[in-house]
Amino acid sequence: MSEKTEKTEPRLSVFKTYKLYVGGKFPRSESGRVYEVTDSKGKWLANAPQSSRKDARDAVVAARKAFGGWSGATAYNRGQVLYRVAEMLEGRREQFVREVADAEGLSKSKAAAVVDAAIDRWVWYAGWTDKIAQVIGGANPVAGPFFNLSSPEPTGVVAVVAPQESSFLGLVSVLAPVIATGNTAVVIASEKAPLPALSLAEVLATSDVPGGVVNVLSGRTAELAAPLAAHQDVNAIDLAGADEALAKELEIAAADNLKRVLRPQPVDYFGTPGTERLTAFLETKTVWHPTGSLGASGSSY
Amino acid sequence: MTEKITEKRSSAFEYAPAPESRSVVDIAPSYGLFIDGEFVDAADGKVFKTVSPSTEEVLSEVAQAGEADVERAVKAARKAFEKWSALPGSERAKYLFRIARIIQERSRELAVLETLDNGKPIKETRDADLPLVAAHFFYYAGWADKLDHAGFGANPKPLGVAGQVIPWNFPLLMLAWKIAPALATGNTVVLKPAETTPLSALFFADICRQAGLPKGVVNILPGYGDTGAALVAHPDVNKVAFTGSTAVGKEIARTVAGTSKKLTLELGGKGANIVFDDAPIDQAVEGIVTGIFFNQGQVCCAGSRLLVQESVQDELMDSLKRRLSTLRLGDPLDKNTDIGAINSAEQLARITALAEQGEAEGAERWSPACELPASGYWFAPTLFTNVTQAHTIARDEIFGPVLSVLTFRTPDEAVAKANNTQYGLSAGIWTEKGSRILAVASRLRAGVIWSNTFNKFDPTSPFGGYKESGFGREGGRHGLEAYLDV
Repeated sequence: MSEKTEKTEPRLSVFKTYKLYVGGKFPRSESGRVYEVTDSKGKWLANAPQSSRKDARDAVVAARKAFGGWSGATAYNRGQVLYRVAEMLEGRREQFVREVADAEGLSKSKAAAVVDAAIDRWVWYAGWTDKIAQVIGGANPVAGPFFNLSSPEPTGVVAVVAPQESSFLGLVSVLAPVIATGNTAVVIASEKAPLPALSLAEVLATSDVPGGVVNVLSGRTAELAAPLAAHQDVNAIDLAGADEALAKELEIAAADNLKRVLRPQPVDYFGTPGTERLTAFLETKTVWHPTGSLGASGSSY
Repeated sequence: MTEKITEKRSSAFEYAPAPESRSVVDIAPSYGLFIDGEFVDAADGKVFKTVSPSTEEVLSEVAQAGEADVERAVKAARKAFEKWSALPGSERAKYLFRIARIIQERSRELAVLETLDNGKPIKETRDADLPLVAAHFFYYAGWADKLDHAGFGANPKPLGVAGQVIPWNFPLLMLAWKIAPALATGNTVVLKPAETTPLSALFFADICRQAGLPKGVVNILPGYGDTGAALVAHPDVNKVAFTGSTAVGKEIARTVAGTSKKLTLELGGKGANIVFDDAPIDQAVEGIVTGIFFNQGQVCCAGSRLLVQESVQDELMDSLKRRLSTLRLGDPLDKNTDIGAINSAEQLARITALAEQGEAEGAERWSPACELPASGYWFAPTLFTNVTQAHTIARDEIFGPVLSVLTFRTPDEAVAKANNTQYGLSAGIWTEKGSRILAVASRLRAGVIWSNTFNKFDPTSPFGGYKESGFGREGGRHGLEAYLDV
């Protein structure tokens, strides 16, 4: 009789404990805090970590540590790694469709369109890694006997305040260009819909993205963005997910070490991106060298 | 040995100065603000004096713009923007070509004027500043009708009114870097020159009139920091461009936060000039001298930190000291002068204080025998050895003819020390090994790297910094972006 009962009851599913992603590992918040994440109808989905300032600082340390290797990797290699992210996402498409539908209150077909666009966005940026330097850099015809070349280089550690509404496609659209060019990122996930971002971290961890290149924090946007905007070892900040008042406050804090600031702007994340998000976090380095001349005495300076 | 050489030379030939004539320039006793195509008094009637730093002679009295004048100038620029931005690019180009040509025609006059107002040697204004000013206008003139092909999409739009604040170290060149790309892209400008060097900007206003530039397209507002602050804070300014100190740059970044104003900043530096043991020593010495004594070291991209590999330190320092003993300091109008006057009493006091701090912190100070003129603001070329990275003179921008010498053993150490600064504007590399140049250049966090040369500039070459040396680039195709809505 007891056997019969067990067969008719649905299987109890295994919940996932959502965790942060810092330095390639999946820690809980050092603060021990979590907050309730619900779907658009208010139904409980999970308890997400509510990161602290300390978590944000740890994430910056991890991002800085990863910067040398990632920025020093060949552009071809970075392209392959980004493409690998698309491959891994494709395999977990159903999971993300479900998570995005829950997070953003979308129908299954609309959520599928979002996830497909996000996968395709990784592919788009994967292709950019070894092309952007030729498009925006090049030789400068100076009026003198000099070789002169301008090349883009990544700015460094970029804090990314991910879009609040478009919790997955928006996130991918702001994150992929940051790391495509060799920056490392500390991402603050959408405050009310952080789960797709935390799940994306699991994809990144299995996609050959070196630990620390992307760090994902969930929690209160304002609480986490303030220390990142003021952090002396953060080089730039993308304010995509900050409201007007917060964006102004963060931009003022960012001036302390002259971070590059990308202000929030209306974006249709379904549209094909331009190169603005790539160039926003690139520096231009210009190198000179005398060309000399091949005279009797050989080359000269 | 150094003394002997000097003695021998002076006994063989008596020094004969070769001063450039002042008669080529006619400085009026007073100048107004340049607003909407007219020279006008400041609304509150305020004026200030501009002096020649080499003699402390008052050159002229200049109207000092206040908030009401900023209001007037921005209004004029806004009004002019409608027609100026609607002109075909080819027509805007021709105005800029005219300006470039008139600058070339009046080049000697402007060089003498700049030397008088700034204190830098005529050799530099004549051979560096003025040719680069004309070239910059000529270069951006050509872009005005080719913006569709600049890589910013089809038909990129100007931003509107640009508020521009420039420093005193290259007054007319910095004006050119600001105004040429702004006008080429269809913006109109309100520019504030530095309070110690307003004259060449006011002469430029006259050139705009000669070129027939429509009224209000260029407005010049001489004044102090408060004038600049009012300009960058003005709600009808769409674009802010500033060259100057990092501290003021940060203040401006805070001012424009939360607005839609586009901002570019070109700020301070503490450039490392790295000399490896296989470097051509004589050429490196010339590069070091150019790096820190060009324009009395009052250059944001100066090579103010010399990093020399230990094994060649003695040889290099001997050569460098010998070379410094031959530098001629004095009358900036003398065509033989290498080192001119410091731009202002205030700047001289800052350089003096930092050099004293260098001594107090234990670095070893050296200057060649060098007589300073009795009047004016002067500072002898100065070297500090035994400098550590913790010393103030290795960290702070001195903006004067003061070189801090540090040593290293390995390329890794050189790179680490070069990058150990809040700044990231320029760096120099001296070595005969090509792969080492490229390896080191790729690891230096700086916007301009000069290898086996230093302090070279060109309108086609993007200039600007990493980190706290600012953001955005001036010059080249890159320089257009700062003035386009992209």
